[in-house]
Amino acid sequence: MSDSLVSGIVVFVLATYLGAALIGRVPPTLHTPLMSGANAVSGITVVGALLVAGSGQGWLAATLGFLAIVFAMLNVVGGYAVTDRMLQMFKKSPGEAKR
Amino acid sequence: MIPEQLVRLLYLAAAVLFIVGLKRLQSPETARGGNRISALGMLLAVLVTLLDRQILSYGAIAAGLALGGGIGLWMARRVKMTEMPQMVALLNGFGGGASLLVAAAEYLRAQGSGAAPSLDVALSTNLSVLIGAVTLTGSGIAWAKLQEVMTGKPILFAGQKPINGALGLSILALLLWTALQPTAPAAAFYALIALSLAIGVLLVIPIGGADMPVVISLLNSYSGIAGAMTGFIIGSEVLIVSGALVGSSGIILSQIMCKAMNRSLGNVIFGAFGAGPGKSTKKAEGLTVQSTNPEEAALQLAYAQSVIVVPGYGLAVAQAQHQVRELMDLLEKRGAGVKFAIHPVAGRMPGHMNVLLAEANVPYDKLLDMEEINSEFERTDVVLVIGANDVVNPAARTDPSSPIFGMPILNADQAKRVIVLKRGMSAGFAGIENELFYAQNTQMLFGDAKATVTKLVSEVKQA
Repeated sequence: MSDSLVSGIVVFVLATYLGAALIGRVPPTLHTPLMSGANAVSGITVVGALLVAGSGQGWLAATLGFLAIVFAMLNVVGGYAVTDRMLQMFKKSPGEAKR
Repeated sequence: MIPEQLVRLLYLAAAVLFIVGLKRLQSPETARGGNRISALGMLLAVLVTLLDRQILSYGAIAAGLALGGGIGLWMARRVKMTEMPQMVALLNGFGGGASLLVAAAEYLRAQGSGAAPSLDVALSTNLSVLIGAVTLTGSGIAWAKLQEVMTGKPILFAGQKPINGALGLSILALLLWTALQPTAPAAAFYALIALSLAIGVLLVIPIGGADMPVVISLLNSYSGIAGAMTGFIIGSEVLIVSGALVGSSGIILSQIMCKAMNRSLGNVIFGAFGAGPGKSTKKAEGLTVQSTNPEEAALQLAYAQSVIVVPGYGLAVAQAQHQVRELMDLLEKRGAGVKFAIHPVAGRMPGHMNVLLAEANVPYDKLLDMEEINSEFERTDVVLVIGANDVVNPAARTDPSSPIFGMPILNADQAKRVIVLKRGMSAGFAGIENELFYAQNTQMLFGDAKATVTKLVSEVKQA
């Protein structure tokens, strides 16, 4: 096992626990926007897509990279935009004291 | 050209922005800002990558970014709130598909360069292919079921489990072979892709109806894990962190859904509902239902001090949320306190009912979770149950022989009076009788939810 693999696994495990701690405190009322918003974060694959598409290694790899960019960007922009659309609808009662 | 260390630190900054964004989702007041912070992190990650030295050609990349972003924006703008589960399924699928494509492209690149990839990279590539492909086709099937392009019922056939098992073993064999043996033919890698796509379909088709929220949450998790695997391939910490965050988020939501349905995750995934545990033999013989009409029900509502509305899937199907909000406004004007009790499985995905009611301008502080509101039912004058059934069935508390015994429910039966809006006396999803409908303090109001609530609104206006 290489050092980079080990440090990758360390990061993965710690981030999983961090994610669990963060998500566990999101109120049920926001679970749908949470899911679409988290989904947009998983579009981070776009970074990998950009790297393979830009590396200039044959037409097939470039085509796959191009498609990967389209898919990942769809996920990113669609996810953030729809989450924003949902969250702007969540309003408090007019004149209600802060809960 | 940016020094490599700086690139890594900028990626770290992006990951921190994702974490801050998720943290801000802990309250509706900060959530919208949090989502924007998270989007800012993504923009940073993309910009850093574009400026990084490994990028050679920008033309196709700009076209890809614009095309994907444009379609995503278009989808996000036109989707109806009731269709949110399908939308999330689609987005999951595209995320998984992107991981699959990146992994395949990396495989081709390694093949083309002639140098065999290390075992770490080869294994990560194969895992990224497997999880990405399952997420892609599984989400496609989930979308088709939710969109009613195909039947929403479980699809079962003889030998399903042995076939899935054989497919799983073949996938494992191909995965290990192509990773351990760099000289393995490319056909083996393509077979791995094909079989992974196939098992994604086969894993989701036997799951139906009310279990779809769990499937979507789980696929959400997979799309994250696939992203993390892609991170292992290209040695990118920001992908690993983000993928792990999303992976654990999806798992937690799946667990919440399963708990709310009184099922185990394994039971949802492998045991098609209805083929599962025997149904309760308890029948409603000798019991009579009291039915009422909109005029009487409106009078009771008009003179109640406190009202709790229990919305269920039926309300979303009938699209009655705007009428319900109108009823709430009228009753509040008359001085009553109106709240909504939201069971975790009330909508078609976690938190879906809250979004539908928020769209109808119901303020979020009126939407209370099960734990928050359950102690309030006994002090409530009238509970209005609209299109919900199993989630208010007291058998979950009282009848150990019932299949839903132990499932957390809303204690609507403890209110002074319960009015149940329902199409007819058909059983709920669990296929069992609901004692609440026969209780002394319950009155049934039969009819279509939207039409009936509209009638209630006009009757309350006259009261």
